[in-house]
Amino acid sequence: MMDRTTYKFEPLWKIRLRLFARSFRKNWGLFWESRIGPLGLFIILGFALFMAAHPILMSTIWDPKVYDPIMGFDPKLVGQHPAPPSWAHPLGTDPIGRDILSQLMWSTRSEFALGITAAVITVTIGTLIGSVCAYFGGLIDMFFMRLADLVMLFPFFALLIVMQSIIPMDLFKLALIMGGLGGFGAITIVLKSQALTVKVKPYIEAAKVAGGGAFHIIRNHIIPNILPISFLYMMFNVTSAIFSEAALSFFGLLDIRMSWGIMLNTAQDAGYLGAFGYYWWLWAPPGAAITLLCFAFYLVGRGLDEIVNPRLRKR
Amino acid sequence: MPGRELLGVEGLTKYFPVKKRLFLSRARSFIHAVDDVTFTVHEGEIFGLVGESGCGKTTTGKLLVKLYEPTCGSIHLDGQDVIQIRRGARLREFRRRVQMIFQDPYESLNPRMTIFDIVAEPLAVQGVRSLVEREERVADMLSKVGLTPPETFMFRYPHELSGGQRQRVAIARAMVLGPEFVVADEPTSMLDVSIRAGVMKLLLELREVLNVSYLYITHDLAVARYMCDRLAVMYLGKVVEVGPTEEVIQEPLHPYTRALIAAVPVPDPTYRREPVEIKGDISAPIDPPSYCRFLPRCPIGDVTCESSPHPSLKEVRAGHFVACHRL
Repeated sequence: MMDRTTYKFEPLWKIRLRLFARSFRKNWGLFWESRIGPLGLFIILGFALFMAAHPILMSTIWDPKVYDPIMGFDPKLVGQHPAPPSWAHPLGTDPIGRDILSQLMWSTRSEFALGITAAVITVTIGTLIGSVCAYFGGLIDMFFMRLADLVMLFPFFALLIVMQSIIPMDLFKLALIMGGLGGFGAITIVLKSQALTVKVKPYIEAAKVAGGGAFHIIRNHIIPNILPISFLYMMFNVTSAIFSEAALSFFGLLDIRMSWGIMLNTAQDAGYLGAFGYYWWLWAPPGAAITLLCFAFYLVGRGLDEIVNPRLRKR
Repeated sequence: MPGRELLGVEGLTKYFPVKKRLFLSRARSFIHAVDDVTFTVHEGEIFGLVGESGCGKTTTGKLLVKLYEPTCGSIHLDGQDVIQIRRGARLREFRRRVQMIFQDPYESLNPRMTIFDIVAEPLAVQGVRSLVEREERVADMLSKVGLTPPETFMFRYPHELSGGQRQRVAIARAMVLGPEFVVADEPTSMLDVSIRAGVMKLLLELREVLNVSYLYITHDLAVARYMCDRLAVMYLGKVVEVGPTEEVIQEPLHPYTRALIAAVPVPDPTYRREPVEIKGDISAPIDPPSYCRFLPRCPIGDVTCESSPHPSLKEVRAGHFVACHRL
């Protein structure tokens, strides 16, 4: 028989892990039932495999001199670039002789990195500011809400164009700036309104009576209750980050070596976008990839929406 | 019964501003939620606060636990001025001594926390660092409130419990710090009738075991009669009658108390109810006139009532106070 004082309860982390696993299973069931959520997830997984396949291909069947997404060149097809799809180049080559499929695969990684980094930053800032504004109200609230109005009305794109002329904009900086700007925008208003519905609950008063300060209440009560909504908005933010990157790259405003936007930019610079039907392999793959990845994150967001908002469920 | 005076409330007043203008929102009107309320609660006593909804019972309770700051008046706990306590160690000590049980057990427990986290929260906030100690104290408290065996409840979420069980969790949470004074804000009004008695018995039991005093807020006179040693009847922010529970219920003196007690249902089909003598409806407590609050509905009010200010509490019998000019 074990000593009661030392073995009265299981270790807390074990119980918490089990509770987490249980709620995860339940929510996964709901997510699965939403149908569109898993579809989005499968597309994202597909992109992840697509991304992972690139280094493997490069080290096995693809000759780095020919297939390098940035420096590659196929000497066998000199004078024929941009070459249409063939067995050697399933998606053809671009105007300077690089393999399109290789570029597409290689760029996936940076798109993921950019989208997710920007979205995480946006949501972190939005959640913190939203809950602080809701809890304290008054001047802090007024300041951040007016700032959000300003950010929402501000021509984002023009600002990014100006900024890239001041500081050379690589992918990471772009993610930081977009994440930061996004965090002070519409998302603070959404999350603040969510936090306001939490703030008036009696358990907040109960926590005050127990002696909890503002920091304790925001961290333990308000944030956990708005986190599902934050997570939902994160998915929608990935989409907008990827989209903005593509647009900026298309105009050649970013200091990035390769991305889906750059691929479009290459085609545009060489004058191939005008003849719409002819050089389709120059614009269709990156265009489809941008659309599909954005679509996938949107679908996952909609699937999460059904978990977060029970009213959307069919039953 | 009457031990030493634990809580003394004098002239307690809370006005809430009514926002009317869109800009330059300096309020001109005020809701007189609690107006010049005076009472004392003795050690080990259950002091009842009854009245209709909107009469300021809950506001009084929240003032006592410092969820609101009073407009004026004083609150003393064990002779110590409570209103002066602002922050820091003294506030933390006050929180340890005074707790509150909320009306709605469905809303007063955070749905994302387990029962253990909910009950342990006051301990964690009050600086009980040792996890083992927290677990022991939570388990002990849960079994004291009748959630046994505690291990089966500790790691469930509030939505997995029934209303009565939730209210027991809320009680455990309020009691876990070992308070001396607990404000119970209609703890049974949201519960099914069949489990009310259990929760009330539990509160009475805990008074003996943990030696706490209650301010028991309710609108149900039967509950008040069962629970309370003394009773204060509130009307529109004013206390109109205070006295020992049985005396107030058997021989109500204030016309409002009389009407309240006459309205209590009697389990006898042949019982003929006396016509209720008060008229009209409860009026809004926004900037009330200076005369007796109850005058517009009073059956015995006259011209003198209209020309004099709101009556103060007079001791009519030993320990039985009434606020009425005509008595």
